[in-house]
Amino acid sequence: MIPLGAFVAVSAALFFIGVAGVLVRRNAIVILMCVELMLNATNLALVAFSRRGGIPDERGSVFVIFIFVIAAAEVAVGLAIILALYRNRPTVDVDEVHAMKG
Amino acid sequence: MTQFVWLIPALPLAAFLVNGLFGRRWLGHLTGWIATGAVGISALLAIGVFIDVLRGAERTTVVLYRWIGVGEFKIDVAAYIDPLSSVMLLVVTVVGTLIFVFANGYMAHDHGLPRFFTWFSLFVFAMLILVMADNYLLMFVGWEGVGLCSYLLIGYWFQNPAPQHAANKAFWMNRIGDWGYTIGMVTIFLVFGSLNFTDVFEKVGIATQANLTLICVALFVGATGKSAQLPLHSWLPDAMEGPTPVSALIHAATMVTAGVYLVARSTPLFVAAGPSLQIVAVVGAVTAIFAATIALVQFDIKRVMAYSTVSQLGYMFLACGVGAPGAAIFHLATHAFFKALLFLGSGSVIHAMGNEQDMRKMGGLRRKMPVTYWTMLVAGGALAAIPPLAGFWSKDEIVGAAFLSGQTLLWAIGILTAVLTAFYVTRAMWMTFHGEPRDHHLYDHAHESPTVMTLPLALLAVGSAVLGVVIGFPPDQGFIHSFLRPAVEVEGAVEHTAEVGTILALAAVSVGAGVLGIALGVLMYVRGRPDPAAVTRASGPIYRILVNKYYIDELYDQRILGLGRAFFGALWAFDVHVIDGIANGIGRLASVGGSGARRFQTGVVGNYALTVVVGLFVVLVAYGGYAAGVFKR
Repeated sequence: MIPLGAFVAVSAALFFIGVAGVLVRRNAIVILMCVELMLNATNLALVAFSRRGGIPDERGSVFVIFIFVIAAAEVAVGLAIILALYRNRPTVDVDEVHAMKG
Repeated sequence: MTQFVWLIPALPLAAFLVNGLFGRRWLGHLTGWIATGAVGISALLAIGVFIDVLRGAERTTVVLYRWIGVGEFKIDVAAYIDPLSSVMLLVVTVVGTLIFVFANGYMAHDHGLPRFFTWFSLFVFAMLILVMADNYLLMFVGWEGVGLCSYLLIGYWFQNPAPQHAANKAFWMNRIGDWGYTIGMVTIFLVFGSLNFTDVFEKVGIATQANLTLICVALFVGATGKSAQLPLHSWLPDAMEGPTPVSALIHAATMVTAGVYLVARSTPLFVAAGPSLQIVAVVGAVTAIFAATIALVQFDIKRVMAYSTVSQLGYMFLACGVGAPGAAIFHLATHAFFKALLFLGSGSVIHAMGNEQDMRKMGGLRRKMPVTYWTMLVAGGALAAIPPLAGFWSKDEIVGAAFLSGQTLLWAIGILTAVLTAFYVTRAMWMTFHGEPRDHHLYDHAHESPTVMTLPLALLAVGSAVLGVVIGFPPDQGFIHSFLRPAVEVEGAVEHTAEVGTILALAAVSVGAGVLGIALGVLMYVRGRPDPAAVTRASGPIYRILVNKYYIDELYDQRILGLGRAFFGALWAFDVHVIDGIANGIGRLASVGGSGARRFQTGVVGNYALTVVVGLFVVLVAYGGYAAGVFKR
């Protein structure tokens, strides 16, 4: 049986890949994908703890369903924003979009 | 009649409102007659009130409404009608009416006439509040009101710099006096728990000597400011920059006597506080002779009269100080008539000479202006205390009271001042009306004033001539004395009585002083022996001191105002560098902080994300540390 630690390790690795992607990439679509990666890393951790935690608890698995919904909603809104951005100025590079600079 | 007493100030107030609101646009020259009518009706009402008091209605309080009622602190807007205030009401309204009539002629060609009569009516209102008040606070309202109107009317011709400066000077010097009044008033409340005249005078006994002295000295500081006594006298001569009717009503007949009225009203306090009366007497006597000496060498006809007013007010304070407040009020009443007449006569002359006030350019005017000449002659005689004119009876009584109270030095000063007074009156009259015209151009254009101006002169002349005999004869037992006695008499005060022989001898010395002064004046100015110019040369340094008014203005300007400027300059620097520094520093902190903080707002999404991650990391580490017990003690 795969130990709990392995799941957590993979989850953490995925999460930090996502974080790194959000921080270093400039393409808005890629950033959105990295956010998805972070969310799914969280899902993996939740499912792992739900099944292999000291006290098995199905509520962890249920929580994952909520995160799916939120992730879907987030992608819908995020892609809509990126689309609107691309129509206004032909770029999806976030560094070039700094109209809000103080 | 007494129940209608509030109509007396209400009518001038109404005239003020009507003239102030509608005067400039709609009423024009009608404002003058509206104001005059209002004051005239007030005068009739004041006569009615006076008759009521005469018939035995002494000491009536007519409450209009409660003004302040906080715990034990109760102030009513109430009129206190007793012999003293009824005499003051009469003087203010009767002399006021005559001066208002005169002003209609004098100001006829002035474009600001509605404004003039607006402030003039307000002045009468404030003055009536001052004399009617039944407590020190309401009196202070009137006190400040007359000060304000004095300021506004001195600066009536505000287009010129001299009236502006004179108005400011009057205002600031009066502020010093008002400061004294306020100290006195607050101390009275702290000591007696009331500001009501009757309450305070009943409870005089509970105050310590030190408290009473503080109260009286503070009130007297207020009186010196308003009544132009040393050392706060120098605003009054400068106040002659205002129109002449203003000088007559405010700066001779009524407002400047407010200080005398205050001291006379507070007689119970002053008598109980021993040494303060002596201060009043000495300041009064010194001011009397001081101002009379300056009046000797002035060439501006109004300034002669102004210094004369300061000097006569000194007499009134001398009377209060030697325990004869009745004589002070008597002199106040006669002085109101003859000094108002002298000012109006001067105004008539100035009007005829095309606004020329320098007596060196006058002369010979008696042929051109007979009514002005003869009326002013009566007033001048009254001022010089020639019997049987009004001024003789009142001044003689004051000087006599000084003698009988044992203060021979003050008596001597009073007599010497009487000589000087008679001399400068003679000089002014001769330079203005006698001799040959010195400026033929002005003389040829001179003319007698219209009836609207000469009629008040004639009526005031009648008052100046007979008032003394009518109300002040025989000396010390006349009508005015028995009438005022209930108001100003204090139990335990020393009553000075004298033999008939002594009184006659004192009167003879007074008359002698007046005759001597006139004789000297006639010798110098009519005969020219000694020649005035020669006397001027011979008395070189003394003359210079007198012409420069003892250098008092220079002293104030350089020494006291210099100190003030240094002190307030330091305060200003403190304000600019420290106070403003702190305020601006706080402002700059926000500005600098803001411009630092706006660097975070890069607009680059990556930076925001990094901040989020770093923040999350910090929170997680802190939480982990907390959970692991790192922060537990």
